[in-house]
Amino acid sequence: MSEAIEVRDLVVRRGKRTVLDGFSCVIPRGSVTGLLGPSGSGKTTLMRAVVGVQIVASGTVTVLGHPAGSAPLRRRIGYLTQAPSVYADLTVAENARYFASLYGLKAAAADEAIEAVGLTAARGQLVANLSGGQRSRASLACAIVSRPELLVLDEPTVGQDPVLRDELWDHFRRLAADGATVLVSSHVMDEANRCDRLLLIREGALIADDTPAGVKAAAGVDDLDQAFLNLIRRQEEVAAA
Amino acid sequence: MILFSTIKRILGQLRHDPRTIGLIVVVPTLLITLIYFMYEGQPAVFDRVALTMLGVFPFIVMFLITSIAMLRERTTGTLERLFTTPVGKIDLLFGYGVAFGVAAAAQATVAAAFSYWALDMRTAGSIGLVILIAVANAVLGVALGLLCSAFARTEFQAVQFMPLVVAPQLLLCGLFVPREDMAGWLQTISDVLPMSYSVEALTEVGVHAEPTGIMWRDLTVVVGSIVVALILGAATLRRRTA
Repeated sequence: MSEAIEVRDLVVRRGKRTVLDGFSCVIPRGSVTGLLGPSGSGKTTLMRAVVGVQIVASGTVTVLGHPAGSAPLRRRIGYLTQAPSVYADLTVAENARYFASLYGLKAAAADEAIEAVGLTAARGQLVANLSGGQRSRASLACAIVSRPELLVLDEPTVGQDPVLRDELWDHFRRLAADGATVLVSSHVMDEANRCDRLLLIREGALIADDTPAGVKAAAGVDDLDQAFLNLIRRQEEVAAA
Repeated sequence: MILFSTIKRILGQLRHDPRTIGLIVVVPTLLITLIYFMYEGQPAVFDRVALTMLGVFPFIVMFLITSIAMLRERTTGTLERLFTTPVGKIDLLFGYGVAFGVAAAAQATVAAAFSYWALDMRTAGSIGLVILIAVANAVLGVALGLLCSAFARTEFQAVQFMPLVVAPQLLLCGLFVPREDMAGWLQTISDVLPMSYSVEALTEVGVHAEPTGIMWRDLTVVVGSIVVALILGAATLRRRTA
């Protein structure tokens, strides 16, 4: 079985709004897949459905061969929420150790995760006293601490220093090379070029599902920003016709 | 194991907040001292009021702390994240119950010890029973705080639950008007409020040297209320949300 995530005809309503309306996609194992789209397009909702915390109206989400959110998956996935979800009144190390302990892991695993996100120097600081970028890296450390088979990252690089952002992407690539599946949302197009596959989503609909090169070729341009725009326009023309 | 590290995590959060620890430990003692001077020269009244307050303060403080702490878990996204990990609802509920129960035990011990030795409070029964009932009341506060946090979206709303949950119990527990002198319908309300039982249990310790059957029955009612509140609290913890 080569797919990590299989979404079939997923419908999600939040309030009166239908955020995802019959959404389907397949994400292969051992890849870095970028989920791209404007704010409000349904990226976070899709990710929440994949990690199993989203109430869905209909459709199926299968993750690593199990229904999303089922108990056996909870040891195998890591989830980074968009807003840093760590305890502000604990230190970086205490946060990482707590999340490590949930998987029966020791402090060494926590220290490794802290190092991977470049926070070793700040490990003894309270999260409340960190900068925004450091705080989101502290949150990331807690998501990768269990070395999950599937890592779902909601905008992990927002507000990060360019050098660090580059290092984080190197880290994601290494995780995928080791066999993990990484699903990462972003709205920075230059990061999209570092993904194996891209899912472009807009208003809850899948606009493209291809490699970065494939997306550019389909749109007939060499720039992903422009490619996204072309694909949207093309789709709107089809819809209007 | 997850329960143990959750308890450790919650106590760790408290440890980094020395001002809150100070307030937890000192405030009830200060208030009971105030009561001491209010009833100077009336030791029998002081004994009765202070004994009741030893049960009431831990309930109020733990209710407030827990509802805010749990609301934070919900609003900062840590609860959502925890639900993608192997953490169970029981780990969370008991984690808070035990961690804040420990804090409440410290609070009740300091307040009771100060009342007995510095303020000369007298009870026929033992200080150990007073602390036991006070801690049970504190854990009831934790359990109701966990439950009420589910109905608050903001801190403003959460603190408004405090007067709603605490005031009727305090007014109808028999401290101001003996329960048997109340109108029938007020007695009925009083009968279903758990604090009526913890205050009655404390009163029993006040007047009887040995633990009485009524005291044990009342304590059982309080523990039963804790269990019911925790079960209802568990029902409000949903892995999936809209």
